[in-house]
Amino acid sequence: MRVRLTFPPERIQEPIIYHLVKDFDIVTNIRRADVKADHGWVVLELEGKEENLERGIAWLKGKGVKVDPVERDVVVP
Amino acid sequence: MEKLRGLKCRECGRRYPSAPVHICEFCFGPLEVDYDYEALRGIVTRTSIAAGPPSIWRYRDLLPIEGDAAVGHHVGFTPLVRSQNLAEELGVSELYIKNDSVCHPTWSFKDRVVAVAVTKAREFGFDTVACASTGNLANSVAAHAAEARLKSYIFIPADLEQGKIVGTLVYHPTLVAVEGTYDEVNRLCSEVSDKYRWAFVNINIRPYYSEGSKTYGYEILEQLGWRAPAHMVVPCAGGSLITKIWKAIRECTALGLVERAATKMHAAQAAGCGPIVTMVKNDTDVLIPVRPNTIAKSLAIGNPADGYYAYRAVKESGGYGEHVSDEEIVEGILLLARTEGIFTETAGGVTVAVTKKLIEAGVIPRDESVVVCITGNGLKTPDVLSERLETHVMIRPSLSAFDRALAELKFQAGQQGKKENR
Repeated sequence: MRVRLTFPPERIQEPIIYHLVKDFDIVTNIRRADVKADHGWVVLELEGKEENLERGIAWLKGKGVKVDPVERDVVVP
Repeated sequence: MEKLRGLKCRECGRRYPSAPVHICEFCFGPLEVDYDYEALRGIVTRTSIAAGPPSIWRYRDLLPIEGDAAVGHHVGFTPLVRSQNLAEELGVSELYIKNDSVCHPTWSFKDRVVAVAVTKAREFGFDTVACASTGNLANSVAAHAAEARLKSYIFIPADLEQGKIVGTLVYHPTLVAVEGTYDEVNRLCSEVSDKYRWAFVNINIRPYYSEGSKTYGYEILEQLGWRAPAHMVVPCAGGSLITKIWKAIRECTALGLVERAATKMHAAQAAGCGPIVTMVKNDTDVLIPVRPNTIAKSLAIGNPADGYYAYRAVKESGGYGEHVSDEEIVEGILLLARTEGIFTETAGGVTVAVTKKLIEAGVIPRDESVVVCITGNGLKTPDVLSERLETHVMIRPSLSAFDRALAELKFQAGQQGKKENR
């Protein structure tokens, strides 16, 4: 699964991707990223059991991280 | 003539052969069609274009198709209206309206991109096209699929109003209503496009599809006698249109079709969903996603994929951007209708209102040429005006009743005139 994560300013300093790997048994492969003091996004590949991926994504959303497909605006007007 | 060199990653520059792919396997950056401009120089001329059909296909040498156009033989070449009344009202000397509210066949600029996408889908041998859309794109994909005799799947959020579905269903696609949030529908469609071998016009066909927007720019330049205007005001949703019009201008300059192009590209967005204009105003290339909250549904993309490229087009051209409120959007729709007899949808209301603001702010000088980009038809979304339009005069079927009503109307107009002159 190829996704783009957008981090809110208050989560920039947290090891979010570390927890995604460790707590949900997901393999991550970062391809591009831009993380600054007040914002951040990461484009990455996620691999794992479907159930773990779903739980991991739900956890990310709960943390206020925006999870989009890498294409972003698939549904358009 | 070998004009196409395949695809190229917009981020890392890696090249790929022409195929229905859209993401760089290495950096996951977006892919773009790569042309051999050296091969096109001298072949694409004002004369060769003028000899083409009165549609987007007169620019086929600058589009990513290899064979003949499969569909959309009447798409594009919409009017570029030299405005007198709106120009006077806004206090500018040279104002044009590029009117895609009458684009054939589904009344929006999406017909341009979809005609290219469906033609390319046929070239790749697909028998099914698809998209996920809440409006104009759905209409256009379903219509062009019908014309091409291809199967079509249109994904929509389940809570979409019935009125918006009819304009798609009439072309007999398979309409899939998905229950879920915008984000859930978005992710599902991405996964569907990964799994099924379909031409998803704005996913795996996106590099070809988006090139169709360039024709909007070519037409403006050609209709101005191969002259580039000083300013263009372009509505922004995903950010692709403004990026591709800017690309069209640069291509025309590089190919010698226009002598000098110093067009300032101005981005127009609603205040309730304006992440690209926010980037321009804050002078930052960082896009902060927003949750759309505006009546301009046709521009409501909170995390636009081409936001960064749109920002770059604005900056490179020396343009600016502006947000407008829902009330200003409605005023913009009414202003265009009242002055020019053109009924546009909310995106057009955004563009007109932003043009007004930029002129008043001095960003667009009153003696410089400006093109206002109208991209869709108001008859699709009349509900946004329902509370703003005055009721009609009702009378009994007699001449005396009409005489009295007319006298009353004249009296009211006189009172109104006095009030305004005070």
